[in-house]
Amino acid sequence: MSEHHHHDDDRVSEHDRPLSGPALRVKALESLLVEKGLVDPAAIDELIDTFETKVGPRNGARVVARAWVDPAYKQRLLANGGAAIAELGFAGRGEEIVVLENTSKVRNLVVCTLCSCYPWSVLGLPPVWYKSAPYRSRAVIDPRGVLKELGGEVPDDVEVRVWDSTAELRYLVLPERPAGTEGWSEKQLAEIVTRDAMIGVAQVTVPAGSRR
Amino acid sequence: MNGVHDMGGMHGMGPVEIEKDEPVFHSEWEAHAYAITIAAGFHRKWNIDMSRYSRERMPPARYIAASYYERWLFGLEKLLVEQGLVTATELETGRAESKWGGTRALGAPGVAAYLSDRLKARLDDDVPTKFKPGDRVVARNIHPVGHTRLPRYARGRRGVIDRDHGVFTFADTNAMSRDKKPQHLYSVRFAARELWGPDASARDSVYVLLWDDHLDPS
Repeated sequence: MSEHHHHDDDRVSEHDRPLSGPALRVKALESLLVEKGLVDPAAIDELIDTFETKVGPRNGARVVARAWVDPAYKQRLLANGGAAIAELGFAGRGEEIVVLENTSKVRNLVVCTLCSCYPWSVLGLPPVWYKSAPYRSRAVIDPRGVLKELGGEVPDDVEVRVWDSTAELRYLVLPERPAGTEGWSEKQLAEIVTRDAMIGVAQVTVPAGSRR
Repeated sequence: MNGVHDMGGMHGMGPVEIEKDEPVFHSEWEAHAYAITIAAGFHRKWNIDMSRYSRERMPPARYIAASYYERWLFGLEKLLVEQGLVTATELETGRAESKWGGTRALGAPGVAAYLSDRLKARLDDDVPTKFKPGDRVVARNIHPVGHTRLPRYARGRRGVIDRDHGVFTFADTNAMSRDKKPQHLYSVRFAARELWGPDASARDSVYVLLWDDHLDPS
């Protein structure tokens, strides 16, 4: 059986399976809202499609790559994140974004301890771990422990700054450009920038075997 | 409110587990819970702070056990009934008793503009600043029963103003009475040792976004 057919079979069984509690409730609520004229199904599709296919961490990666190759852009980005991001055409106009620069002496880490605030326009919707109790509880009290657990121990002489997103202002980490990427194009650089690096829980590395 | 949503500094929640190649939504219902919440917000019967407060009011044992979008669903149902978009009976039966005769629904062409507009909290009001970068402040030791964006771990702690972000809607009053109460918003730097004691790293710090009404001079 080909991969494709296997996938189709999965989809069929997904629809045959009885709906779980929240699935049933959402379905019932959506029908009610549509019936009342409160919600337009076309907008629902568009909202889902926006974050499944249009807006995601590739946007942020392009911002980071541009900052790495263009010092004037980087200056604008650090001075006014939202405006500099809008220059690249992302729908970040309404999102106030402060960009935090990592250096060899400073590591920045972003969290929302009270809910799940996250820079949607450049990173898309947040991953489950970012919204989870372990991360929300520990990032502020034990950032070094969290970073170590995730594979990136921070040396004692490096300062860790944790940013709790408690207002309508979002943070994006500008990671350090890794060594060995000299002469890479902006596009090549964007490909190695990860979501986790832009939240601050990882650093950008050159994938093994990667050649320019 | 001193709820379980205010998680900063709690212990025992387990390790942070990053899922490899995580999908945007883990099931169709999650995608729809997210989308109907955003679409219903278009009627402007509530603001973002009211919707955060609606989720915080989930009973604590349920909040901890619930998945993220279950919390969204709980908050949405609460707001729909409280703000009169849907009656409790309609929610229970799933059948509309009457059509909505108010504001028009969000249409597909309006989605992008609405997404970029819905969180706007910066205000043009000319409000004098109370603090400037470098000023020493103390976060108020307050315990409001309603919504607040001042996390428990920072209350009563001393910090330094890092940046003044300008004038913003004050979330605490906007959630409770739609009073925007325009005032300055700051990044306040708290030394890790001020928050967590001598075992924390002397180099590290936590920056919290706080408003004038959260702060006193120190």
